[in-house]
Amino acid sequence: MRESAIDLLHRRSARGASSLRCALVAAVLAGNLVFAAAAPNQPPPPSSSTSDVQRIAIVLARELRDAPPPLSLLDVPPADDGIAGARLAINDNNTTGRFLKQEFTLAVAQNGDVGELIAQVKKHVENGTAFVVADVSPQAIVRLADALRDLGALIFNAGSGDDRLREQDCRPNIVHTAASRAMLADALAQYLVWKQWRRWFLVYGTQPDDEAFAAALRRAAKRFGVKIVEERPFKHEAGSRRADGGHEQIQQQIPTFTQNVPTYDVLMVADEGGLFGEYFPYRSWDARPVAGTQGLVPTSWHPALEQWGATQFQNRFRRLANRPMRQLDYDVWVAIRSIGEAATRARSAEPADMIAYLKSADFDLAAFKGRKLTYRAWDGQLRQPILITTAKLPVTVSPQPGFLHQFSELDTLGIDKPETACRAYAR
Amino acid sequence: MRERPSSVLMVPLLAAWLLTPTAAAAYTVYVTNEKDNTVSIIDSTKLEVVKTVKVGQRPRGIILSKDGKWLLICASDDNNIQVFDARTMEFVKNLPSGPDPELFVLHPSGNPLYVANEDDNLVTVVDIETDKVLAEIPVGVEPEGMGITPDGKLLVNTSETTNMAHFIDTATNMTIDNVLVDSRPRVAEFTADGAQLWVSAEIGGTVTVIDPRTRKIIGKIGFEIPGVNQDAIQPVGVRITKDGKRAFVALGPANRVAVIDTAALKVERYLLVGQRVWQLGFTPDEKLLFTTNGTSNDVSVIDVEKLRVLRSIKVGRYPWGVVVAPF
Repeated sequence: MRESAIDLLHRRSARGASSLRCALVAAVLAGNLVFAAAAPNQPPPPSSSTSDVQRIAIVLARELRDAPPPLSLLDVPPADDGIAGARLAINDNNTTGRFLKQEFTLAVAQNGDVGELIAQVKKHVENGTAFVVADVSPQAIVRLADALRDLGALIFNAGSGDDRLREQDCRPNIVHTAASRAMLADALAQYLVWKQWRRWFLVYGTQPDDEAFAAALRRAAKRFGVKIVEERPFKHEAGSRRADGGHEQIQQQIPTFTQNVPTYDVLMVADEGGLFGEYFPYRSWDARPVAGTQGLVPTSWHPALEQWGATQFQNRFRRLANRPMRQLDYDVWVAIRSIGEAATRARSAEPADMIAYLKSADFDLAAFKGRKLTYRAWDGQLRQPILITTAKLPVTVSPQPGFLHQFSELDTLGIDKPETACRAYAR
Repeated sequence: MRERPSSVLMVPLLAAWLLTPTAAAAYTVYVTNEKDNTVSIIDSTKLEVVKTVKVGQRPRGIILSKDGKWLLICASDDNNIQVFDARTMEFVKNLPSGPDPELFVLHPSGNPLYVANEDDNLVTVVDIETDKVLAEIPVGVEPEGMGITPDGKLLVNTSETTNMAHFIDTATNMTIDNVLVDSRPRVAEFTADGAQLWVSAEIGGTVTVIDPRTRKIIGKIGFEIPGVNQDAIQPVGVRITKDGKRAFVALGPANRVAVIDTAALKVERYLLVGQRVWQLGFTPDEKLLFTTNGTSNDVSVIDVEKLRVLRSIKVGRYPWGVVVAPF
């Protein structure tokens, strides 16, 4: 059933800050936003004329999805989640671009209807935009990739960690800046093994995403010699939220739920929707740390990371967006900076040249992770260190010391070349 | 960053203990400790810390004025440059620097000072006598390395996210050319004759050698160390001997300094030093080279002639910059 734009706004504004509601109205009604390309406070380089400037257009595709409000008010996503990361990357690209007479532009296409969103994006691509950064569901990105199959465009998956997109459902016109679930689970498992916390009690939600993260944790456990001593599904139904209500009920329910578990070191929670996982720290029957989707969390970015020159990057983002940088902002930033780097290094704005460079062994990106980031040749997944974090600070960075690899230690995280089920890339 | 068992370091260090030179001239070595907000002062004959001085927040870049009187320190988190009397370490004054100063270079005449403002895509030109900002020059994203030709006519700044060396005419303070180098360029160092510019690229893992007159790339140096992952080879500090024959490049978490034959642009040798080696500083007679080793909180001392690591000296936490005074 189709929904009106106003209905969409009312239902979805719960996810965003109310002060940005007006912007969202305009965006939803118009379906498109275009940001000015000029970098702020930067004069044009000497002797540049507009005629010989190479233009590189990028579209950010956002599928507006309904999600229940998070347990914590602190976790309400800002309305410009991801968009702000895109704007920073466009500015960064253009600061470099003005020295090379390359100009980057960003358009935002957003819609709650996948079919309409794909039509919008396709129109951009047919009008000369060759680069799509997608914050959409796994089903939507596969449809989008197939719709754009013969148009020479490249899609960056910045929004989904679904392993199937890197495996059986992989597409040669998708690369992934979002870390896969397998990478995140492996990164967390390596640290817990380093800590010698090798006995896990796994609690998982009933949503398909929760099951998928639980599966990634089981795979990681097997790879790194962890024993899962007990598994329990946490039944949680929207509308009759078992752990709904105030602290009194939760304080009773969680200890009861976590009673009578064989001896374990860590309570692993798989709750990607953020519907119950935050209830586990400090409430389990046994005094155990919580890790997984809540508690100690693996992520591609943390707003308090300051190593490897990240301080300046965080400052730049905060000045632009007036809020801390989130994981989605970073994953989108990496995508658009990859496009910028490909244009700079290939010295070309021709999509075919840029895509060839981006997928070549020569490509690398400096992205405040202390080492170069590259794309895996077998599934298009970005190779990157994963931060293991608490809410306030990064705790460590995986891969951990001692987890060795024949080619790159970063390939100890996620699906490695000999394991891949992706055939589209092999062609 | 991989941790390295300390026993690996112990063997060369113990051996080095016996090799300490005896007849070297006495110099004063200053090391900024980024995390401690201090400067460690090392006596180059004793090879030990003789004094630790409290300075501003997050001290990184450190140089001496041309007359040797002043020690200039980038206090990055204080957004200024602190001036100390180099002999007494008494505080003299703060210089304006623009936000987040990291590295800087003095004009060969002794004034002005050119400062890279990492947080603001600018190079700030500061008169160190009158404490005035003379100009701000827009450059790429995250400006870092600063180099200047011996005649002072050409200034070079590297920008870490734009991945370029920006060539600036000091007469007009205008950018005249931009040369693309590998990812995350850190240090820009001219040879003493001004004929070559060396630029290290931390994430790219290379050093690019550029002809400053034509702005063409003369060569590129890569590094390969058996048993060390390529990702860990991250060139940062660069120092070239006055005769232009040898260059030393700090390789970050590879925990080594590369010794390069400048004629062939080839690595002669790798010297094992402390962990995450960052910046380098020669003694004025170029007999010793000091390296700051960030994660092992020490400074390695290299015998430049014998190409041996003599000793490591414990300093403050996260040593970053180093400069040696001719007294």
